[in-house]
Amino acid sequence: MQPVAVDELQKRGISTEYALELLTKMMQIRAFEEKAEELFALGRVHGTMHLSIGQEASAVGLSSALDSRDYLLNTHRGHGHCLAWYGSSPDLMMAEFMGKEAGYCRGRGGSMHIANVDTNNLGANGIVGGGLPISVGVGLTIKLRKTDQVAVAVFGDGGANTGAFHESVNMASIWKLPVIYFCENNQYAMSMAFQRAFNIEHISDRAVGYGIKGITVDGNDLLQVHDAAVEAVARARAGEGPTLIESVTYRWKGHSKSDKQAYRTRDEVKEWQEKDPIRRFSAFLGMSDAERDDMQAKARQRIEEAVTFSENSPEPDVAHIMEGVYA
Amino acid sequence: MPDQNGASNGARELTYAEALREGLRQIMAQDERVFLIGEDVGVYGGAFGVSAGLRDEFGGERVIDTPISEAGIAGACIGSALTGMRPVGEIQFMDFITISMEQLVLQAAKIRFMFGGKATVPMVLRTPAGSGTGAAAQHSESLENWFVHVPGLKVVMPSSPYDAKGLLLSAIQDDNPVIFVEHKLLYRTKGNVPEEMYTIPLSQANVVRKGEHLTVVATSIMVRRALEAADILAQEGIEIEIIDPRTLMPLDEKPIIESVKKTGKAMVVHEAVKTGGYGGEIVSRIVESEAFGYLEAPVRRLAGLDIPIPYNRTLEVNTVPQVQSIVDEARKLVNGQY
Repeated sequence: MQPVAVDELQKRGISTEYALELLTKMMQIRAFEEKAEELFALGRVHGTMHLSIGQEASAVGLSSALDSRDYLLNTHRGHGHCLAWYGSSPDLMMAEFMGKEAGYCRGRGGSMHIANVDTNNLGANGIVGGGLPISVGVGLTIKLRKTDQVAVAVFGDGGANTGAFHESVNMASIWKLPVIYFCENNQYAMSMAFQRAFNIEHISDRAVGYGIKGITVDGNDLLQVHDAAVEAVARARAGEGPTLIESVTYRWKGHSKSDKQAYRTRDEVKEWQEKDPIRRFSAFLGMSDAERDDMQAKARQRIEEAVTFSENSPEPDVAHIMEGVYA
Repeated sequence: MPDQNGASNGARELTYAEALREGLRQIMAQDERVFLIGEDVGVYGGAFGVSAGLRDEFGGERVIDTPISEAGIAGACIGSALTGMRPVGEIQFMDFITISMEQLVLQAAKIRFMFGGKATVPMVLRTPAGSGTGAAAQHSESLENWFVHVPGLKVVMPSSPYDAKGLLLSAIQDDNPVIFVEHKLLYRTKGNVPEEMYTIPLSQANVVRKGEHLTVVATSIMVRRALEAADILAQEGIEIEIIDPRTLMPLDEKPIIESVKKTGKAMVVHEAVKTGGYGGEIVSRIVESEAFGYLEAPVRRLAGLDIPIPYNRTLEVNTVPQVQSIVDEARKLVNGQY
């Protein structure tokens, strides 16, 4: 490993082992989503999905600052955050994606609604901004119980323009709730470009309007995301209230399966692919291309195992279709 | 046990609002997971005074005043319920619940199902509905049937102080999201309410008055009006049987079907607009059941006119069923004038 990397990691209390674990997570997310796209193209899964390829550092950088006591409210583009979350299983993720009974949600939720309440992963959300008001409630639970937990609400540039954002961030601020508002600005709300939807330079500028701290980071730089999240977590655990983090990144793929991407150029996509968060972090760690490719191959292998696990899992039984509506 | 229908027999009387407050106070004292949240529920005591004094008793941390943020209030209930609390939210007027719809319909109702039955959202959202206060079209709506139409939500509408307390305590202890629809004109009505904590099971209809000539299924304030109508009709020898579903969803339909089999005639009375209203559901349940073969007359729906609630007092009164209109319609049905 490069001396500068050793230094940077040590400064943050990150062991080499843990750094490699974080890189592995990013690679598994990439592999999961590439596989998801392939399965979809082959007609082996139905429905739709929202891929976060290109945004992996954002998900892994965020989760690296949190631990098993904390809560996650995720977005529709949430495969990455779900896989990065403490205690998550690629097998149960893939099984859910493939609509199997063994999946996290018994095949009832699918790509947009993956949750694992047992590990405080309170679910992805099909509604843009839909998790934001819920984060207020999670913050209230923590405050009423007087624990040192933190909730993180992930949303995108699209979610930042919903009314729910305003109500939620304001409530979290006035009550100093331990919630981190983590905005992944991936430049497009479906086809609506950031520049067309905002008249400000940084989404984090909005923090001022709520009397909270806001920060914009390079979302393709794992350590920058990690640092911002660590600071926000410390603030939340100390009872100093929420933080708005804007993680600037880019989705390489279309919004969902049907996107012809008329709103952007191939050159723009290419330009962002040069900022590949996985290559950046592996290069930072001083890895050779061969070493990196070898690691990526292992990650793909792990996802293949998840596919095998899922394919061998039973379909949900129609006899149980009514289950889960009411407790 | 006291008279379930709140008739005075010398026992302790409370108003509907006091009964709700007593229920809230008792469960908050017993269960620290329960907290109140809504606009003006604390210092002000709630727009209709239901939570008056509770902030002094339990503190601002458990009786939480919010900004004007109805989506946020609903979300605060959902998120805290999902993580182990038992929130009781208040939407100041049922009309404002429109601002909470996304959270209630797409989140609260569906979370458990979407997550494979592995999560629970034990929350109650109290809200006053109904006209009669001169507050006009945006503060008088009865929107209960929107929520009946969303699997995953329970919908409760108490019609008496006794039911208000017992149903509220059940709703708070239920593991599902419950939309608890109160009526503004009922808040000051009085009835017997036992002091101890008691519960009335959800999804248990109540035969409020026995009768043999006509089954009247009524909700909320219409139960009270139907009872008054029944006294008038009784003087003419017409005995109506009044059934209050109390929980609209999931509905306890059996007592209704049994009653129609006995009377052979049925009428539904509610305040909400007729078209797409709950009455249509009740009528369908009757005609889909074995009671169909016992029907001796068309089944009637007596409901609000298909208009927004007008401001003018005379217009307002004439928009929704009143005692006299229940008397008139019931008489016609029983006398075969249809």
